[in-house]
Amino acid sequence: MSDSKSHDANQMTGAAMIVRALVDHGVKHIFGYPGGAVLPIYDEIFQQGDVEHILVRHEQGAGHAAEGYARSTGKPGVVLVTSGPGATNMVTPLADALMDSIPLVCITGQVPTHLIGNDAFQECDTVGITRPCTKHNWLVRDIKDLPKVLHEAFYVATSGRPGPVVVDVPKDVQFATGTYTPPRKSDVHVSYKPQTKGDPNQIRKAVALMANAKRPVIYTGGGVINAGGNASQTLRALVEATGFPITSTLMGLGAYPASGKNWLGMLGMHGTYEANMAMHDCDVMLCIGARFDDRITGRTDAFSPGSKKIHIDIDPSSINKNIRVDVPIIGDAGSVMEDLLKAFKAEGKKPKIDPWWFEIGRWRARNSLAYKKSDDVILPQFAIQRLFEATRGHDTYITTEVGQHQMWAAQFFGFEEPHRWMTSGGLGTMGYGLPAALGVQVAHRDSLVIDIAGDASVQMTMQEMSCAVQHELPIKIFILNNQYMGMVRQWQQLLHGNRLSHSYTEAMPDFVKLAEAYGGVGMQVFKPGDLDGALHEMIKVKKPVLFDCRVAALENCFPMIPSGKAHNEMLLPAEANDDATAKAFAGGKALV
Amino acid sequence: MTQPASAYFMEERHDPNETHTLSVLVANEPGVLARVIGLFSGRGYNIESLTVSETESQKHVSRITIVTTGTPMVITQIKHQLDRMIPVYQVVDMTLTGRSIERELAMVKVKGSGDQRIEAMRLAEVFRARVVDATNESFVFEITGATSKIDQFVNLMRPIGLVEVSRTGVAAISRGPEGM
Repeated sequence: MSDSKSHDANQMTGAAMIVRALVDHGVKHIFGYPGGAVLPIYDEIFQQGDVEHILVRHEQGAGHAAEGYARSTGKPGVVLVTSGPGATNMVTPLADALMDSIPLVCITGQVPTHLIGNDAFQECDTVGITRPCTKHNWLVRDIKDLPKVLHEAFYVATSGRPGPVVVDVPKDVQFATGTYTPPRKSDVHVSYKPQTKGDPNQIRKAVALMANAKRPVIYTGGGVINAGGNASQTLRALVEATGFPITSTLMGLGAYPASGKNWLGMLGMHGTYEANMAMHDCDVMLCIGARFDDRITGRTDAFSPGSKKIHIDIDPSSINKNIRVDVPIIGDAGSVMEDLLKAFKAEGKKPKIDPWWFEIGRWRARNSLAYKKSDDVILPQFAIQRLFEATRGHDTYITTEVGQHQMWAAQFFGFEEPHRWMTSGGLGTMGYGLPAALGVQVAHRDSLVIDIAGDASVQMTMQEMSCAVQHELPIKIFILNNQYMGMVRQWQQLLHGNRLSHSYTEAMPDFVKLAEAYGGVGMQVFKPGDLDGALHEMIKVKKPVLFDCRVAALENCFPMIPSGKAHNEMLLPAEANDDATAKAFAGGKALV
Repeated sequence: MTQPASAYFMEERHDPNETHTLSVLVANEPGVLARVIGLFSGRGYNIESLTVSETESQKHVSRITIVTTGTPMVITQIKHQLDRMIPVYQVVDMTLTGRSIERELAMVKVKGSGDQRIEAMRLAEVFRARVVDATNESFVFEITGATSKIDQFVNLMRPIGLVEVSRTGVAAISRGPEGM
């Protein structure tokens, strides 16, 4: 009897199954935009109270909001969009999430199965278009397959190296009735088995290298943050146990606290002198959850020439992709670090590296993040520093757009905890930060969520201010307004004869009025002396704020490793006069 | 020493290209071939030859055989990139195992008369090619063998009156009792 009863309870439409699956996977919030091909799902959403829907103003906003949600919680972000343009507008966030390994589950509507291939209204080949920008995707042609695919989608998105997935559901499948089955282990694709446990032999080899290191460095990335759980704590314990200096990629900031004594600052193209020099001169490099991308390595044939490299990554295809390593360890960063820490302690040999720290101290003394302060204009670096000071003691989350402001935020804002820093690292998506801040604020209603923005980037997704107002999400958009696409201009100055082709925004909106037009609060500051007061006011406001911080227009972001140069060829701010710059950048025009 | 055009390719300069045959077992689901091909085009890998067919219909498993060229580092990348695709069960580098048999089938159409026909038949016999179609002025030969053997046969037919060739691409299997 009870069997047939539960059987009946599990009889439902495809649209109902989708909402039910969201509930079964613990989803509390989804980001989306309705349209013809998802109306049955929206009808189900209307009739329930378990899942809260956040209505964005453009599907790209939904995608980035879900990314921000995912990064700040460690849970998958869920997006619901319609067919055709709804799906194509999601392509940018999907590609962004794939590059940065962010778990997203995107459900797209599709035209009814009998119309697929007919060039129907709002039809596009969603699985075809999103195939290269998802970890996996599915077109569900039969209601019988829907529950299994939905569960599998959540598993694939969140396990192994996380990433975005798309489930494309034709409208007739949403209307069809079938039997819902709750999530089970057997829903998993039999061919998909990510390896999480590191090989003990490889770990032994790594410990042997570490125990005998004279000039070691730990280089971590977003993988440590994605590993979730206690991975960041394990990393801190590992640093403590070994005494090694540690640097991180843009994606990995916060895994080790910026106030920690072994912290060298970020490495890479705009990393600190000490971090890059330590990478270049080290004899043992321990890379954890990072992938040696070109913004990190510079010239690959001159990258850390004298070191033995240990590489921990959950994705075998990250190993030996750009840089040959000596000891690859496939596995989850958290799990491998735990084993590594145990084995290192068991070895009982902590290398003496005082001369190495002395060397690092000399590099630190170069003070590579120095900038000239001013009483008349706000330097962007100064603005970030004051923002950081103003947010101390608050439960703060930072998102960014892409460009100079992003690099300054990475350099000058100190991150003490993981999941506090949301930025588009791999894809470099301008317009990421504002919607990402929405997603973060949805997940952390009472926290302080700030998008450190540039005046150009923020206009790419400005419409989501309307979403912030509607859903009472008091995000703070802190715009470093120099009226330029700063990073574009910087490259034009350095590499293209100072011909500033289309990098100046001649018509800038009045951000204060714009904020007010949306129903938010607008603020504007010109003078360094007014900054602190205004920042405190901004933090106090319980509404979305557009903060127009007018900064020195022509300031550039240093230090900088010119693209294609080695780590020890970096350009420091004090040395960035015209001659040195011209020399440093000679011949680098073809690089990105 | 001239600077390479981009930092991305610096590692590859001195490594010679190698040709490898990969056997890939995949779940036979819609779009799986597009995924595999998309990986090669998207990441700039080469496909010299590709064959695909369902091999275990009960389990919905297909076998894809890919012949590809690249530096050893790129070949390793290709294998890892294939292996991490969700519907891929297994990737085996048949070239590395060193014990594989590779075969290709070709149908070769030759046109001619008189001595040309006699010469074509004689060569076909040497290569153990079968005649599967004949007219007064043409033959279609079916030939099976390693890629090099088929290349050689086709080259010999060219001066005789080669019209066209259709080839299946390489299928490969390992020697001995073990499966993949």
